[in-house]
Amino acid sequence: MIEAIKGALLLTGSLFMLLAAVGLLRLPDLLTRMHATTKAAALGVILIMLAAAMHFAEVGVVARSFAIIVFILMTAPVAAHVIGRAGYFVGSRLWSGTVKDELRPNYDPLTHELKSGLETQENAKRQPRATDPD
Amino acid sequence: MDTVLLISQVIMGLALILAFVRVVRGPSLPDRVVALELFSTTVVGLVGVYAIQSGVASFLDAAIVIALMGFLAAIGFARFLERGGPRDD
Repeated sequence: MIEAIKGALLLTGSLFMLLAAVGLLRLPDLLTRMHATTKAAALGVILIMLAAAMHFAEVGVVARSFAIIVFILMTAPVAAHVIGRAGYFVGSRLWSGTVKDELRPNYDPLTHELKSGLETQENAKRQPRATDPD
Repeated sequence: MDTVLLISQVIMGLALILAFVRVVRGPSLPDRVVALELFSTTVVGLVGVYAIQSGVASFLDAAIVIALMGFLAAIGFARFLERGGPRDD
């Protein structure tokens, strides 16, 4: 029983990694490629580490494999965010079928300034509000 | 079980090859950084499978170190990209 579960976890984990690589190869621009790699590869590592934990079934090994899982879950989104931000600022082309780019009207690539959309005369005075909005 | 281990290793090797194609072809530097990050994640999975295959649990420590290195490399490349410097994609 354990053997069957282990085999299924290993196969699905490696297939998710292959799926991430195929997505990296086939998708059209940087952001869609990151969308494929971060999630699918993290899920693949999680499944393989679960298989390793079930194979050894000792406290130390299970703790280590869960440490790897938590580490991957914490670092993959941070790395994807940082690379995506750097890629946008460097000026990587978006896909021609992109529907919405909400950063474009608010970001000035020459001065590297980002507007929040709340630049009114009243906000520029930096006075505290009279009443708090609930 | 040995067959399953071999099959998953072959599948992950294929994933490494596909990621390497993106490293070579990638039109810009951020694409290559993403491909290298997928590389390190796949190697973590391969090390996990090898730990099962060989029965040596200490390989998982190596997997932790590889994951850490991949994360730090991604952060460093992103800082390098944003802070500028001469670039030649």
